[in-house]
Amino acid sequence: MNTFVNKFSTHSAVSQLKRAQKLVAADEDEYSDAAWGSQGGFGNMIKGIPNFTVPAVPDPAAFLRLHTDDHADPSCKIKIQHGTTTLAFRFQGGVIVAVDSRATAGSYIASGTVKKVIEINPYLLGTMAGGAADCQFWETYLGMHCRLHELRNRERISVSAASKYLSNLVYSYKGMGLSMGTMICGWDKTGPAVFYVDSDGTRLKGDLFSVGSGSTFAYGVLDQGYRWDLTDEEAQELGRRSIFAAGHRDAFSGNTCNLYHVKEDGWKFIGNYDVSTMYYEGPGDVPGAPGGGYGYGIRTEGRSAADPPASS
Amino acid sequence: MPDMHSLAQAQPQQQSFNPYTENGGTILAIAGADFSVIAGDTRQSEGYNIQTRYAPKVFRLTDKAVLAVNGFAADGNMFVKKVRQRLEWYRHAHAKDMPIRAIARLIQTMLYSRRFFPYYVYNILGGIEEDGTGAVYSFDPVGSYEREACRAAGAAQSLVQPFLDNQIYFKNQTPAPGTSFPRHLPLPTVLSLVIDSFTSATERHIEVGDGLEIYVVLSKNSPSIQGLRDVRGVTELTATEDGERVFVVRRELKKD
Repeated sequence: MNTFVNKFSTHSAVSQLKRAQKLVAADEDEYSDAAWGSQGGFGNMIKGIPNFTVPAVPDPAAFLRLHTDDHADPSCKIKIQHGTTTLAFRFQGGVIVAVDSRATAGSYIASGTVKKVIEINPYLLGTMAGGAADCQFWETYLGMHCRLHELRNRERISVSAASKYLSNLVYSYKGMGLSMGTMICGWDKTGPAVFYVDSDGTRLKGDLFSVGSGSTFAYGVLDQGYRWDLTDEEAQELGRRSIFAAGHRDAFSGNTCNLYHVKEDGWKFIGNYDVSTMYYEGPGDVPGAPGGGYGYGIRTEGRSAADPPASS
Repeated sequence: MPDMHSLAQAQPQQQSFNPYTENGGTILAIAGADFSVIAGDTRQSEGYNIQTRYAPKVFRLTDKAVLAVNGFAADGNMFVKKVRQRLEWYRHAHAKDMPIRAIARLIQTMLYSRRFFPYYVYNILGGIEEDGTGAVYSFDPVGSYEREACRAAGAAQSLVQPFLDNQIYFKNQTPAPGTSFPRHLPLPTVLSLVIDSFTSATERHIEVGDGLEIYVVLSKNSPSIQGLRDVRGVTELTATEDGERVFVVRRELKKD
């Protein structure tokens, strides 16, 4: 009798739940779009939020932990790229974003040409630390929703709102194994802004952040040279020099440095600098560079009796 | 009876769910100025056992895109099947082939939709961009991707990639005074590099060998066709007229 009532009653807990789920689904339909699939509408992401395949085991997160390495277990099969130095800071002239370009899988350098700055839109940048795919995918997804915000509200999304959208999103997946440590940087009505967002759900507003295995080395240089009234050239040089320091001292960081500068009219790519070249020759003929290599041996050459000038 | 006692004390044991196997093999792709080369060996193994000497890992998707998959063969074959299905739907909806940069993004979303139950597959997509340039996109198992000039993946990745870095990107080489390194290599040079990569990997890696399939995608009216004329064992696979052209070169590798 009871089951019979449950089956047909519109007020039972089960049907209430079903109706709630339907409402949520309808709510998502509002944003449903063919952008993820073809115009034919046959996506695996026919809803606005992509739907994920999950293994039929009691604890899917434990399954994922077993098969994808979390930096600790190099023997496991599916390697997710890790190891990074990224930094971003706010100053008088805007925001500087600088990152390295190394991706490691265990001790193998999987790539030396990774783009760790994700261009969300002409005014917003996101950085990539942790899972490469997690950052790439969700920051691209964030870009779609920033565009929808523009179309609905006839104004650009604030950096604060964009970063909160992302942090709420990753928080809804908490405990499922996402791994990202990102800085959302941009310029909005309030001026230059930097927000730190990670997959634990942390979201912090601040002037200066560095994320990744090389962050301690970058912070060392960054904290020492940081002032609010840095000129554009000085600030760009500080970003470059900090990534160099991390690339030099952290084995999981290196290869090249990508430098971006966000100003009132959007971000601009400043350049790509090889870390080894910076050691011996410096970043080249760029504004702010002191000239000469950053390497200790290079800077001190010929300045002591033990290391006399090379006579010619 | 002490045994009975221990039996009663036995803790429940959980079997872990392990749906993955590593099937060995290696794939590689190199982008040229107006062509793209995508290659893979055909050995499939499980542990020290060779399951078959001919299991293709490189697949023609369209006349301008070729996909190489490496890792767990069952996941790889299923993945290629699903990508092809999506490309067919696209063809029905738009009456044209999907551009390669769109295929790359499609592969990202398809891989990422399995973020919590990943395909154990490393993908390399090669082909011709809409502007006629050669392109290579490489992916990790959960969909992070990047456009590159060359990439090796699979069992002998760590043997082949350094060779490619040296010969394609000229890493750790200094040009002779008054000269500079070319930005793109001609097709015959690239084909030689690919064949050398695989013969060498076969010599030093137990999971590589048996056969080699090299796919070559040429952009529309590419003069690089000259470089394929006198290549032994070349077959054309092009399906449409006056567009990009796809060829496959099949070679033997050592079988021990």
